[in-house]
Amino acid sequence: MSIATQDDQAPTGSGQSDEPMLTYVPARAWGTRAAAVLLSLAVVYFLVSIGGNANFGWSVVGEYLFDARILSGLYLTIWLTIVTMVIGVVLGTIFAVMAMSRNIVISTVADAYIWFFRGTPVLVQLIFWYNLGALFPELSIGIPFTSWGMSVPTNTLISPITAAVLGLGLNEGAYMSEIIRSGLLSVDPGQRQAATSLGMTSRKALWRIVLPQAMPVIIPPTGNQTIGMLKTSSLVSVISLSDLLYSAQTIYSRNFQTIPLLIVACLWYLLATTILSWVQNRIERHFARSRNAST
Amino acid sequence: MMHTPPENRPAMRAPMIVFDRVSKNFGDLPVLRDINLTVSAGEVISLIGPSGSGKSTLLRCVNHLERIESGSITVDGDLIGYRRVGNLAHELPEKLIARQRARIAMVFQNFNLFGHKTALENVMEAPVHVLRIPRKEAEEQAVKLLTRVGLSDKMNNYPRMLSGGQQQRVAIARALAMKPKVILFDEPTSALDPELVGEVLDVMRDLASDGMTMMVVTHEMSFAREVCHRIAFMEGGRIVECGKPAEVLDSPAFERTRAFLSRVQ
Ligand SMILES: Nc1ncnc2c1ncn2[C@@H]1O[C@H](COP(=O)(O)OP(=O)(O)O)[C@@H](O)[C@H]1O
Ligand SMILES: [Mg+2]
Repeated sequence: MSIATQDDQAPTGSGQSDEPMLTYVPARAWGTRAAAVLLSLAVVYFLVSIGGNANFGWSVVGEYLFDARILSGLYLTIWLTIVTMVIGVVLGTIFAVMAMSRNIVISTVADAYIWFFRGTPVLVQLIFWYNLGALFPELSIGIPFTSWGMSVPTNTLISPITAAVLGLGLNEGAYMSEIIRSGLLSVDPGQRQAATSLGMTSRKALWRIVLPQAMPVIIPPTGNQTIGMLKTSSLVSVISLSDLLYSAQTIYSRNFQTIPLLIVACLWYLLATTILSWVQNRIERHFARSRNAST
Repeated sequence: MMHTPPENRPAMRAPMIVFDRVSKNFGDLPVLRDINLTVSAGEVISLIGPSGSGKSTLLRCVNHLERIESGSITVDGDLIGYRRVGNLAHELPEKLIARQRARIAMVFQNFNLFGHKTALENVMEAPVHVLRIPRKEAEEQAVKLLTRVGLSDKMNNYPRMLSGGQQQRVAIARALAMKPKVILFDEPTSALDPELVGEVLDVMRDLASDGMTMMVVTHEMSFAREVCHRIAFMEGGRIVECGKPAEVLDSPAFERTRAFLSRVQ
């Protein structure tokens, strides 16, 4: 509108000089184009040399890609990833809130938890939980220092799968609590104050006001953690659980087709990672809507 | 303006906010010292004074965002934050304090609108989730309030797409949605560009003429003079003097008030 008005007042040709108007030609960036061409050639060469190499055993890959053992290993890997991440997020939220508590005992306990579980190898933690029975032959529920309660042998309670869930979940909780804490700290304290002054309890203010706004900070590293967990979960082979990688190993220890079976495992890991990245992307977009909305 | 000039205000009104010998420290630092003040229902009182004199703290004590060390604060007869048993005051559980806060609205210098919610959702949030009003009813009310503050065309905007003045008007609508007994304003126009101050003060003027009880920390002396029934001057945690705007602004009784006024006017 305003441009048209200006044009009306200043008809064409009344500019500063009589020279014709310039036509702009964008820079061609020859260097970038050359690099792109070279890169394409390299990629094609790479793919051809892998695909055409009989030593990779592509027919074996095809043969085992949908093998029942591989699929059940894949199922366990995905199941472990989901369950331990859910535990990690729940524990992480609890410990993040505890770590920010003004009560010194509560925040110290949370800090100690984070310190311990981040400070020790998760492999050791898994073995520890698996061997809990050696340390505490019986586990009991009851009131401490009284005779009231019941107890069961530890080994009936801690199966390999329980040990895996405990080990990976508790470890993940420590990492997630740091991620969630930094998310909570990224939200302006004024938000919590406004919520409180409107009559929200601190719990309601956390759930409805602070956490949703912490999400854009929390989600990307959580996506990273989930993808990391997909592969970290392969550590459970040390407590004789048959996850995806361990299933592949079991098979190639018999038929010696090491590389093809590792490729099978990697193809499934890649597929799972791709799906997870896509899900992460959708969640990020959902929580970013108040930032990008253009009404 | 519609509202009753300070001079013609009825002499006796029910006390709404009563500060009785209120003191508060931050660590060793006394921030409020022996504050005695009664704000009547429908009164608009402005707090002025140098930075650090305790104005914000005084407001924040009214809805128990800060604890006081001694004395008491009542709003509409309710002791804030505590339950009196003889001479003991037991701090209330969080739920009950939250219930008291729901009727004591606060408007902040930095607006503090919920960034993940639209203007309309900001106004509806607490009525729906604190007062448990049905959504539909809350939405109708929110539309009315946003129209009242002149934002009927911005209801679906997120805060980041609103100017400071518009954000502050949404914040006032959000406060009104709780049907508060009092509204506490902490420097509501200090973060605004000069040309946006007027639109917010207009809304506040409108509330004053409607008989809302308001405590307003402000540096807008002309607003204080025109709209407020009384002005309290604070320094070093004390209310140094308190009276009608003309008295305090034109013929302050204390040298310190005079010195402060000569700096801001
Ligand atoms: N959370 C806090 N912790 C310690 N000191 C504080 C805190 N909040 C405010 N103060 C101090 O209390 C005094 C009064 O602050 P405030 O009420 O914000 O003053 P005003 O609003 O009049 O500028 C200042 O000296 C300030 O530094
Ligand atoms: Mg202040």
